[in-house]
Amino acid sequence: MASIKFNLNNKETVIEESPTARLLDILRDKYNFVGVKEGCGEGECGACAVLMDGKIVNSCIVPLGTVEGKSIITIEEFSKSKRHKILQESFEEEGAVQCGFCTPGMLIASESLLNQNPHPTDEEIKIGLSGNLCRCTGYNMIIKAVKSAAKKGDGLW
Amino acid sequence: MKNLIPKTYLETLELLSSGDYRLLAGGTDLMIQRRSWSNMLPKFRKSTLLIFNLQEMKYMFEEDDFLHIGAGTSLEDIKDNDLTPELLVEAINIMASPAIRNMATLGGNIGNASPAGDSLPVLYVLNALIVLESIEAIREVPISDFIVGPGRKSIKSNEIIKEIRIPIKQFTQTKFEKVGGRKADAISKISFAGAVEINNNIIQDFRVSFGAVGPTVVRKKSLENEIIGQTLAEAKLDVENILKSYEPFITPINDQRSNKEYRKEVALNILESFILTL
Repeated sequence: MASIKFNLNNKETVIEESPTARLLDILRDKYNFVGVKEGCGEGECGACAVLMDGKIVNSCIVPLGTVEGKSIITIEEFSKSKRHKILQESFEEEGAVQCGFCTPGMLIASESLLNQNPHPTDEEIKIGLSGNLCRCTGYNMIIKAVKSAAKKGDGLW
Repeated sequence: MKNLIPKTYLETLELLSSGDYRLLAGGTDLMIQRRSWSNMLPKFRKSTLLIFNLQEMKYMFEEDDFLHIGAGTSLEDIKDNDLTPELLVEAINIMASPAIRNMATLGGNIGNASPAGDSLPVLYVLNALIVLESIEAIREVPISDFIVGPGRKSIKSNEIIKEIRIPIKQFTQTKFEKVGGRKADAISKISFAGAVEINNNIIQDFRVSFGAVGPTVVRKKSLENEIIGQTLAEAKLDVENILKSYEPFITPINDQRSNKEYRKEVALNILESFILTL
């Protein structure tokens, strides 16, 4: 056990836990941020994606000790932002959400991508979302949605 | 069992010299290898030291004709750094996914010592040196001596992979190839790295290596030396013999990702195409 201090969804947070605990379990079970999903549990599907210091990571394979001193943003906090609103509208308009299980991860991946590259090409969007699996949409609608959000939200990223 | 988060690099060396610890950097391999059920702790057999946050291990600079890369630098940061050789950028571009590359470290890919580690064929071809440090000593070894088998490397329990040193050199042509089930998040069935220097149509330097076709990355300097000095035309005419000379050293296995016949044939096809397109 160790005392781990980090910033969780813009709140200074301290937790007594094992440093090797999975960040995913802590987010879901200790803080009830259940928008963070567990899909594969081995870093391949991206359903558990969160932002660590603004960059996408898979919380199922991040040991809790590693978030010491860092900022973690889950979909719950991100969904309060204007950028999320633009992404949400674009996803809805393009039919990019079906069952919705991958969607929190897709939105986090989109945010991480647009933070680094506000005007991505189709190819860059594919690379940005390459760690996120969706079994419903066939991806084309998601790619279109990110492209449309980049256009509509020009200046926000 | 203790799981500790050292605050400094020096503290890490001290802990390593006083106890038996497993080093845990980004965790992108180890957290999966030691995975348990949901909401259960991963099953580490040893105490761990969590070193991902040691800023002292994240750096890149050029000095004395070498590129120095701190072992804790993430693959994504290495990919985006202007100092990184194009061949290494090519390999990292098709490793895993952005989320994993943000956590995965170059030292970790080497320490994991998987025959399918995608940075490894590149580091073999670039003659990379691995810098190992303990509280008592620091030494450097060529990567080909450091990795001795799948997951096995020549490192003492009190040592840490501190740095990767890559000699700075311009090549005429370099190539990284990877064969996997899909573009992202795929473990290689076969990987290949090649680098050549050609001057006035004469091959001045020729280096190739293969991943996932044997217990360690395969690079044969004796065979390379036979090609060095030939003209491009001679090497291309002789390609069948070159392939034959490499054939006995390509010794892949069957596993869930591929089979040995496919791996061998494709590895040699990639070599052929590399030579014919020089």
